[in-house]
Amino acid sequence: MTTISLDVNAETHQLELDNRTTLLDALREHLHLTGTKKGCDHGQCGACTVIVDGRRINSCLTLAVMHQGDEITTIEGLGTPDGLHPLQAAFVEHDGYQCGYCTPGQICSAVAVLAEVKAGIPSHVTADLNAPVRLTNAELRERMSGNICRCGAYSNIAEAISEVAGRSA
Amino acid sequence: MRSFSYERATSPGDAAAAAVGIANAKFIAGGTNLLDLMKLEIETPAHLIDVNDLALDRIDETADGGLRIGALVRNTDLAADRRVRRGYGVLSRALLAGASGQLRNKATTAGNLLQRTRCPYFYDTNLPCNKRTPGSGCAAIGGFSRQHAVVGASDACIATHPSDMAVAMRALDAVVETVRPDGTTRNIPIAELHRLPDDSPEIETALQPGELITSVTLPKPIGGTQAYRKVRDRASYAFALVSVAAIVQPDGSGRVALGGVAHKPWRIEAAEAELPDGAKAVTARLFADAKPTRDNAYKLPLAERTLTAVLREARA
Ligand SMILES: Cc1cc2nc3c(=O)[nH]c(=O)nc-3n(C[C@H](O)[C@H](O)[C@H](O)COP(=O)(O)OP(=O)(O)OC[C@H]3O[C@@H](n4cnc5c(N)ncnc54)[C@H](O)[C@@H]3O)c2cc1C
Ligand code: SF4
Ligand code: FES
Ligand code: FES
Repeated sequence: MTTISLDVNAETHQLELDNRTTLLDALREHLHLTGTKKGCDHGQCGACTVIVDGRRINSCLTLAVMHQGDEITTIEGLGTPDGLHPLQAAFVEHDGYQCGYCTPGQICSAVAVLAEVKAGIPSHVTADLNAPVRLTNAELRERMSGNICRCGAYSNIAEAISEVAGRSA
Repeated sequence: MRSFSYERATSPGDAAAAAVGIANAKFIAGGTNLLDLMKLEIETPAHLIDVNDLALDRIDETADGGLRIGALVRNTDLAADRRVRRGYGVLSRALLAGASGQLRNKATTAGNLLQRTRCPYFYDTNLPCNKRTPGSGCAAIGGFSRQHAVVGASDACIATHPSDMAVAMRALDAVVETVRPDGTTRNIPIAELHRLPDDSPEIETALQPGELITSVTLPKPIGGTQAYRKVRDRASYAFALVSVAAIVQPDGSGRVALGGVAHKPWRIEAAEAELPDGAKAVTARLFADAKPTRDNAYKLPLAERTLTAVLREARA
């Protein structure tokens, strides 16, 4: 067991954890932040995506003890039912889900994608590595490929993200 | 997952020393491969040495005009680095073709090189696998071997190395820098880092016990048109069936390394002399000793066609 402090959604929590605890299990089982979902537990689906120090990661493939002092943002920290994050509102408006299981991961991922494009980070489908990145539909789909949706809500997810991207551009 | 003790190392030398000082210790960097395998109890370390505080996350220019990439530089940052994009496009392209945005944010340069095979039998602890349990046999030989190696394999193992990044680094003649538990350092050319399986597929690299990768250096950029083309079962977020890293010069000469076909990035310098004669001549040389299975024989024509496409684009 190791005692650590985790900064989640701007609150600091002291936890005593078995070293084996993934960040995902710490969030869900110990902090009861069950918005973040466990799909595959092996980095293959993106349901567990959270934002750590401004970057999206799979919380299932990292240990909680490795995140002492890091700033962690989960879906609960992005917005509230009364004050939705623009991407949360856009997912509702565009029906960017069916069962909703992948949705928290999709939204956390999308928040980070918009930041990555702003920072000029290229993707597999970026034609010219040395030119500025534009968020086309192909770019968006490639960048969101680490988030699987078994309900196949992809086209609505893409519309929700495009709308917010267009607004902030 | 088996239980383990955990420490955060504060210097590369200490990390290497600790790795042999404690039985069954392993380094953990991004954790995206190691934890996956620990969950399945394919890897069962008793002690984890977290190397993330080692300040090996910089990309610096070397005296001879190349780059020194710290072992902990994340795949996202390496792919996006301006100097890499400009001078080593094949490396940016290979990194961006791998895994997902989330995984690339965690995956490190050293961890990517040392990721283990995705052979499905290696992952299935109910089946024999010489790499997982030496001497138990190889379930892939005679099994479903569509993803497996066509060249350089052995009677003990026909697994492939899954890294995209390593294929580009092989084409770029990268050199891996390490520190050993006794504090000495050495340089390993990337061609010598990964081993062929022979009769000991469980020994995958030239690294000694406790040897820590500190950085990877790239020689000064060699220009040319650089490309990485990856063929896979879906357009994104899938491992390569076949991939081609190529650097083609205006005079038609160049370099070619293949992924998805062997236990290591597959490059034979002598085959590159055939480049002016086209893809068929090059792949004939690369696959002169190929022993495909019924399931993966498709990789030979696929590699040739992929190289044909890369050369056509490079020369367009
Ligand atoms: C769903 C999924 C899809 C993927 N798709 C692709 C793909 O398409 N292409 C691709 O190339 N990869 C792919 N990957 C693999 C990914 O690239 C690797 O998991 C990652 O690069 C490993 O880096 P890491 O830092 O997380 O390594 P870790 O998991 O931390 O470590 C891996 C190994 O390296 C050792 N190690 C780490 N650092 C050092 C060091 N400095 N010195 C010595 N030893 C060290 C560890 O002990 C461990 O044995 C995929 C992974 C997943 C889960
Ligand atoms: S090919 Fe190699 S990794 Fe796969 S089952 Fe055979 S021995 Fe194991
Ligand atoms: S639960 Fe983490 S990627 Fe699927
Ligand atoms: S909405 Fe059901 S998995 Fe995406």
